[in-house]
Amino acid sequence: MSIRTVKMVVTGPFNSGKTAFIHAISEIDVVSTERKITLQAEKIKDTTTVAMDFGRISVDEELVLYLFGTPGQKRFDFMWEILSEGMLGFVVMVDSTRPETFREARYIMETFRAYAPTPFVVAANKQDHPDAWSIEDLRIALRLDPQIRCLECVATEREKVKNVLLELLYCILEEVQE
Amino acid sequence: MALQGNLHDFSVTQLLNLVHLARKTGTLTIQGTNDHASLSFAEGKLIYGQSRSSDGTLISILLAGKQISEEQAQLLRSRPQASNDKELGLLLIHAGYLTQPAILQAVQKYITELVLRLFTWSEGGFRFHSGVLPPEDRITVRLDLENLIMEGARRMKEWERLQEELPNLDVALKFTDRPDSRLRNINLSVEEWRVVSYVNPKNTIRQIARANRLSDIEIRRIVYGLMQAGIVESIRLEGDTAPRPPVIQPLAKGPDQVSLINRLITRIRSL
Ligand SMILES: Nc1nc2c(ncn2[C@@H]2O[C@H](COP(=O)(O)OP(=O)(O)OP(=O)(O)O)[C@@H](O)[C@H]2O)c(=O)[nH]1
Ligand SMILES: [Mg+2]
Repeated sequence: MSIRTVKMVVTGPFNSGKTAFIHAISEIDVVSTERKITLQAEKIKDTTTVAMDFGRISVDEELVLYLFGTPGQKRFDFMWEILSEGMLGFVVMVDSTRPETFREARYIMETFRAYAPTPFVVAANKQDHPDAWSIEDLRIALRLDPQIRCLECVATEREKVKNVLLELLYCILEEVQE
Repeated sequence: MALQGNLHDFSVTQLLNLVHLARKTGTLTIQGTNDHASLSFAEGKLIYGQSRSSDGTLISILLAGKQISEEQAQLLRSRPQASNDKELGLLLIHAGYLTQPAILQAVQKYITELVLRLFTWSEGGFRFHSGVLPPEDRITVRLDLENLIMEGARRMKEWERLQEELPNLDVALKFTDRPDSRLRNINLSVEEWRVVSYVNPKNTIRQIARANRLSDIEIRRIVYGLMQAGIVESIRLEGDTAPRPPVIQPLAKGPDQVSLINRLITRIRSL
C-alpha cells in the first residue's frame, strides 16, 4: 500500500507569518530554508525564508498532508509556480498591521489564482496586535470578492491556524462535491 | 483593532473609499509633513473637517469664504457665542445677516476644499478613531463621498501608483450592483461618461481607451476613479481563452475526493 500525499501552500508577503503558521501545526520541525537577512531595507527581522518551508501532518496510514510555505521576498518568486504545482488549495497570509504590504498581497493572490483555479482563503494574520486592521477593513483594502473567505489569524496559536486550514478544506470540499 | 498606516501606502482616495464602502462612523486624523488634519464621518458620509492651519471654526470658515470681513470677525470673536458655532450660527441667522443655507454651504465648501488639499498629501500617518465625532457645538453637513473619490482619482499624478493599482488593461469592466443610483449622484465629465457608456463584459479597458482616444494614463485614472467610487469592477474577459501558465488540473470531483478531503478535515480537527 503506497502512501498518498497531498499538499497545500501558504503564501503571502515578506514577514507576514507563513513560517510561524506552518510551525504551529506541523508534526515535524519545520524544514525551513531561513537565511540571515543582509539587505538593510529588509532588516525588520533577522531571518527570512529563501526557498520554502516544509511541514507535515500525517492523516492516517495512507495519507499525508504537506504544507509548503513560499518565500516572501519578491526576488524568489520563481519558486511560486514550482511550489503551487498540484496543490489542493492555498492560504494567503496577510500581516494585518502593515498596510504597506497589502498591495503586494493582492498581487500574490492574483498570481497564484492564475497558476491554479484551486480554492484559497485569506488569513488576516497578527490579529493579536493592537495595530491590526479589522477583517472588514482588510476585505475592502484587498478588494476581496464577497465569496472569498477572510479569516482572523494568529499564526503562533494552533487553534487559529487549525481554523484557517479547516475553512480552506471546507472550500475545497464544496468544490469537489459540485 | 485599528485602522492605521501611512498615506504613502494607502492614499486619501483609498481611505475615503474604505469609509464609504464600510459606512464608517468616526474621525480620521492625518499627521502630514506640515499640517495636521481630521475628517469626521457618519455612516460613510463626510460631516466635518478641520486642520491645524485652518481651525475649522465658523468664524474662520466665513472669513475664508469672504462672507465676513476681518473687522466683523474680530467683533464676532468678542461675542459670548463665539466659542459655540451652533449658537453663533443662530445669532447670524436671527440678525438677518446670513441664511441657514448660506452657512451650510460655506461649511460644505470649507470641508470640500480641505479634502482636495489632502489629496495632495503623499506622506503622513493616519489613524481612524471609530465612533469619535466632532465636538457637539460644531456645525456638521452630510457630503456623499463618491464625488470626492472621483475628484481624488482625477488629481492622481503618480503614474507608477496608477499602474500598480490597475496593472492590466486587458481585462473587461462590469457595473457593480445598483450602478443607477450611484451614477445618479455623481458628477462625471464628458470623457468619464463616454468611458461609462462602453462598460461591457466584452470590451477590454484597452479597447475602451482606443475607442475614446485616451492615453494609458488617462484611461487608468478614469477607470481607477470609477472603481474606487464603487461604480465598476474589473472582470476577466468573456470567452478569454488566452494561454495561462501551465495550469494544474482543477480538482478532480467525485466520491474519492470527497472522502479524501473529509479525512483531512477529521484529522485537523483532532489536532
Ligand atoms: N504578534 C504576532 N506576531 C506574529 C504572528 N505571526 C508571525 N509573527 C511574527 O512575525 C514575524 C514574521 O514571521 P515569519 O513566520 O518569519 O514570517 P514569514 O512570512 O515566514 O516571513 P518570510 O519568510 O521572511 O517572508 C516573526 O517575528 C513572527 O514571530 C502573529 O500572529 N502575531
Ligand atoms: Mg518564512
